[in-house]
Amino acid sequence: MATSFNVNTRTEDGYAVIETDGYLNGPTGERLAETAKDLLNQGYNTLVINLEKTRLVNSIGISILIEIIEFLQEHGGALHFCHLTPVIERTFKMMGLAQHAEIHPDEASATTNL
Amino acid sequence: MAEQVKREVTLNIPIHPNMELVAAHTASILAEIMEFEENHIDEIQLAIIETCINAFEHSNSRDSKVTVTYVLTDNELELKITDHGIGFGMDQAKLLTGEARARAMQKRGWGLEIIREMMDEVGIDSSDEGTTITMLKKRV
Repeated sequence: MATSFNVNTRTEDGYAVIETDGYLNGPTGERLAETAKDLLNQGYNTLVINLEKTRLVNSIGISILIEIIEFLQEHGGALHFCHLTPVIERTFKMMGLAQHAEIHPDEASATTNL
Repeated sequence: MAEQVKREVTLNIPIHPNMELVAAHTASILAEIMEFEENHIDEIQLAIIETCINAFEHSNSRDSKVTVTYVLTDNELELKITDHGIGFGMDQAKLLTGEARARAMQKRGWGLEIIREMMDEVGIDSSDEGTTITMLKKRV
């Protein structure tokens, strides 16, 4: 289990995709939030976070994801997630993320209709 | 009836960023040895991470460390996480239900609820001498 955390971003017509790789906790969540804010400043208020390479997200990491949802909503945008493990998806639903962000099985279904 | 063999592993981890991953990784290896399903290994790892970061953030541990004991039996993995901090009372538990908190998108204070969701049994023994959280996961 690596402690490194990386984000890759890709912009498309009308939305941007952030791919994470590694453990999502407080510090790495803050890095993800900075990336999301940078994309918002570039005009992308609809984001897809692809968690295919993230197996663990702790509650502090999730709290930062909620902040990302909130600031995107404040700017008329939305957040979509894809490739969640069953445990991550269950935790997101417990903490209310699923009511404010869409969860998709993969990137293709997340980006359809965006 | 033959007595179950218990195997025990103990880990002392300093209160330091990312040290919860050491506890989680150890749990993952032990659960793999016990042939837990992958999804259940993720549940165990998340529970231990939440327990450790709760101790890191709130225990004010006098010795700045957390002791994690893993007890393996034929069909169960028991985890005991002990800190020598100030303890916490159950009155600190949040007043809102999980569902109401989710609706309100409450950001923090979910640790204990997540732990209970992920594990089969959870016990808390807390005093001003410290806290031990005991968690059990059954192999199915």
